[in-house]
Amino acid sequence: MTTYPEDLYYTKEHEWVRVEGQSATIGITDHAQSELGDIVYVDLPQPGATIEQGKTFGSVESVKAVSDVYAPVSGEVAEVNQTLATNPEKLNEDPHGEAWLVKIKLTAPDEIKQLLSAADYQKYIGA
Amino acid sequence: MLDAIGAESLESLFSHLPEDVRLARPLNIAAGKSEYEIVDYFRARGGETANGYASFLGAGVYSHYRPVMVDTVVSRGEFLTSYTPYQAEISQGILTTIFEFQTMICQLTGMDVANASMYDGSTAVPEAAMMAARVTGRDRVLVSRAVHPEYREVLATYASRQGMPVEEIAYDAATGSVDLEDLERKLDTKTAAVIIQSPNFFGAVENVKKAAALAHAKGALLVYVFAEAVSLGLLEPPRDADIVVGELQSFAITPSYGGPFAGIIAAKEKFLRQMPGRLVGESKDVNGNRAFCLTLSTREQHIRREKATSNICTNQALVALMATVFMSVYGKQGLRELAQQNLSKAHYLASKLPVRFSGPFFNEFVVKPGRRTPAEVNGELLGKKIIGGLDLERFYPELKGSVLVCCTEMVTRSQMDEVARAFGAGE
Amino acid sequence: MVKKVRSHITQNEPLLFERSSPGKKGYQLPDLDVPTVSAEEALGADNTRAEIEDFPEVSEVDVIRHFTRLSTWNYAIDLGCYPLGSCTMKYNPRVNELVARTEGLAWAHPYQPESLAQGAMEVMAALEAALAEITGMDAVTLQPAAGAHGEYTGLLLTRALLESRGNPRKKILAPDSAHGTNPATATMAGYAVENIKSNDRGVISPETLAAAVNEDVAALMVTNPNTLGVFEEEIRKIADIMHSKGCMVYMDGANMNALVGIARPGDFGVDVMHLNLHKTFSTPHGGGGPGAGAVAVRSHLEPFLPGPRLKRVGEAWSWNYDLPQSIGRVRAFYGNFGVLVRALAYIMAHGGPGLRLATMDAVLNANYVRKLLEPYYEIAYKAPSMHECVFSDDRQAAKGVRTGDIAKRMIDYGFHPYTVSFPLIVHGALMIEPTETEGKAELDQMAEALIAIADEVEKDPQMVLKAPHTTRTGRVDEVGAARKPVLRWKRS
Repeated sequence: MTTYPEDLYYTKEHEWVRVEGQSATIGITDHAQSELGDIVYVDLPQPGATIEQGKTFGSVESVKAVSDVYAPVSGEVAEVNQTLATNPEKLNEDPHGEAWLVKIKLTAPDEIKQLLSAADYQKYIGA
Repeated sequence: MLDAIGAESLESLFSHLPEDVRLARPLNIAAGKSEYEIVDYFRARGGETANGYASFLGAGVYSHYRPVMVDTVVSRGEFLTSYTPYQAEISQGILTTIFEFQTMICQLTGMDVANASMYDGSTAVPEAAMMAARVTGRDRVLVSRAVHPEYREVLATYASRQGMPVEEIAYDAATGSVDLEDLERKLDTKTAAVIIQSPNFFGAVENVKKAAALAHAKGALLVYVFAEAVSLGLLEPPRDADIVVGELQSFAITPSYGGPFAGIIAAKEKFLRQMPGRLVGESKDVNGNRAFCLTLSTREQHIRREKATSNICTNQALVALMATVFMSVYGKQGLRELAQQNLSKAHYLASKLPVRFSGPFFNEFVVKPGRRTPAEVNGELLGKKIIGGLDLERFYPELKGSVLVCCTEMVTRSQMDEVARAFGAGE
Repeated sequence: MVKKVRSHITQNEPLLFERSSPGKKGYQLPDLDVPTVSAEEALGADNTRAEIEDFPEVSEVDVIRHFTRLSTWNYAIDLGCYPLGSCTMKYNPRVNELVARTEGLAWAHPYQPESLAQGAMEVMAALEAALAEITGMDAVTLQPAAGAHGEYTGLLLTRALLESRGNPRKKILAPDSAHGTNPATATMAGYAVENIKSNDRGVISPETLAAAVNEDVAALMVTNPNTLGVFEEEIRKIADIMHSKGCMVYMDGANMNALVGIARPGDFGVDVMHLNLHKTFSTPHGGGGPGAGAVAVRSHLEPFLPGPRLKRVGEAWSWNYDLPQSIGRVRAFYGNFGVLVRALAYIMAHGGPGLRLATMDAVLNANYVRKLLEPYYEIAYKAPSMHECVFSDDRQAAKGVRTGDIAKRMIDYGFHPYTVSFPLIVHGALMIEPTETEGKAELDQMAEALIAIADEVEKDPQMVLKAPHTTRTGRVDEVGAARKPVLRWKRS
């Protein structure tokens, strides 16, 4: 049974975010990767790009499906996980850890309040 | 079968269609004909065309010899009557040929990746422009006026609905190749693509390096277009271009009154994700054997729907197979020798005629206006069962009286001498 | 148990590049009858290439062996039933191949004088007339190269007409059962797409549509019969709703094989539609093309058709370029002429009565297969089937077997699978279109195969999950292919 870390916030679009001061790390949930199946490609923005809560900022692809990734919070992209360009399978293996997507500088930290807790997210996906 | 499904008659299968939707009368199309009558009908229609004429028409459609092997291969029902190879396990035949096709297109063009084919050269041009727009995030397109006029018309149709402004770059009135100064003037930081054709519509070989340097200096992509694929047997491949599109009609595809042909699109590896159309990739099967399959399909309409890189679905697989067989038959030496023959023939005829432009040319060139009009020259040639060149006034009013002449390996010295005479050479 | 096939040896074959050896050749050009010109001198040394690295060097025998061996690795209609739903894989008559190669037609140059192209133009005119009669429309363009290209043309026509009325509008409506090309095309034509939810019968309900239509909507793209093989019985009402708001009705003619001779889109309110000549009119699919996507319109859209248009001048055909309202060209020249020749030959061979009979047989075959399979597979919608029937894998999925697995197992029984997982509104779809050219014996065998597989799902699901077992190539690692794309051969 997958564990959804308590220190992350979640969205109904199956992203997670970890907040550390003014920065945040964003990824997709274990549930999202398992629904997609074998992930073959991850499309992410460049550092410096701004992302806006609720808007798509990238996509994750399996062989026969594409899933948009929505920003759980707004901010400016500080770092992109380069590992995923060459090893997209990491997203299947460790979605809540090593296979984070982007790190951002928060521009509206209050947005966090609108997100789900681990318990609520698990209830939402019926886990 | 009707009993099995509990239907009274064939008609009853349609009884759920509302009465006012059904056609109450027979179609007004004559009753079915026998095989012999059909063959006879089309023979008669074929007889109402230029049967048995030598041709000096090029302008995007070239008469090259078709090796017998081409029809032998594409007539095999396993190729002819199969569908798009979605089921890889029982489609390795066509998948392997497409992989070979993609490889040969890369070898010919100097690009890293090529797709399985486009409809034709003309529709590949706007696809390349839209691809450049996706890559650069810009929308303006510069296209050389020496790109095939009908390709430019197709580009205009597509671009206007995409909100992409298209501007033309002049050709150099002396050389017939793209006016690089005009290009430099018109390039700006909104330009997504610079589109040039080589050999261009006048047959002139373009300076790809310089055009690419100018485009790249402004962050635009260079799109190289070719209409005469045989030229790639001798011409330096356009390695400095970012996207190459072209028409493979010259590779054993009959002129067929304009289609079906096969287009290509090839590009630098880094633009792969923005390519339209189908791609075949190498992989392995469960037994560890080499196997091929359609890949990177998430770019395509059946998955990404309104966000797809293009709406293209059906392409030109069988026609691309003709080109693949052609390239296999001629091979490394043959394509060069074929190109060499085209070059030599065109230069033989050009040496007897006043040539309009000074730029280097491959197998096509423009003849200056002379004492006789193009109609008079071509009229005389028709009497000798020769179709003369293209009267350029139709596409370039400023070149009134000039004629675009093409010489492939299919024309003989004596036919070329006839053409020279008709133009009044030696008078 | 498996009646249709037993395994036989197939030849291994390397890639052409691996077969090559330096100096081998398979061609012979005539001696050059003019002086040889130096490429470096004529083109400039900078413009002249070195040899084409790693291009094939093979003999004629190498070529024939190579391609013949590869061909035996393919399934094809010539080998048997190919029941891909929505693709209309019918027999491709060979006389069509012969006539398309008729000397004067195959070698006609698009710019040769009109006086010497009359036969080719007559063929096009005859086909335009036949397609107008079949669709009940007023005018036809043969320029588009394929179905999606026809859709694109059709939407540009719609846009042009609406623009001429003052407002091109913003949106295209399409049911959730639509082909993927529909939304992709709408985007290319500069429109946003809004999905219309199909009702519980699998069709568009006029109420849902009426609620979605407003002054922003340019057109409805509708496939009829739809991708479930169900006729949109309310099509007239649907068309009235659209027209009352000044919208066009675009019909995707992919499924026209269910209607030819029975019902005409022009008679039930369609303004513009495309036909896939490589589906309904039997031109070969050739492993993915060439196709041809003729577009038929009602008279109000005719002025906008792409040019040039055929025009009768006295006793002869002429190309008319004077079309001030035209959307412009969608491709060079006049269309996929060679495909048009084949389509006309098909229409001539059938004639009006034969075309109608073919439609009835196609619908009969689909209903027959449906009847045989209904006890074993869940029919997706109860509505009567036209030329294809769609099941879901609900019963089999309970055992962990999905439509894609059943499809792979069909291969072991000697059949090409049906269309997998489409339309998207059916969970785990099996979409079966037998076409009229299959006889009862072949259909019985196909149904027996699917019934046997349903039984295997119950008793030995692993047998199905690991299929195919008998092909020379097993399941291909598509994930590996997509993660590390290898799209061309390179010397290692």
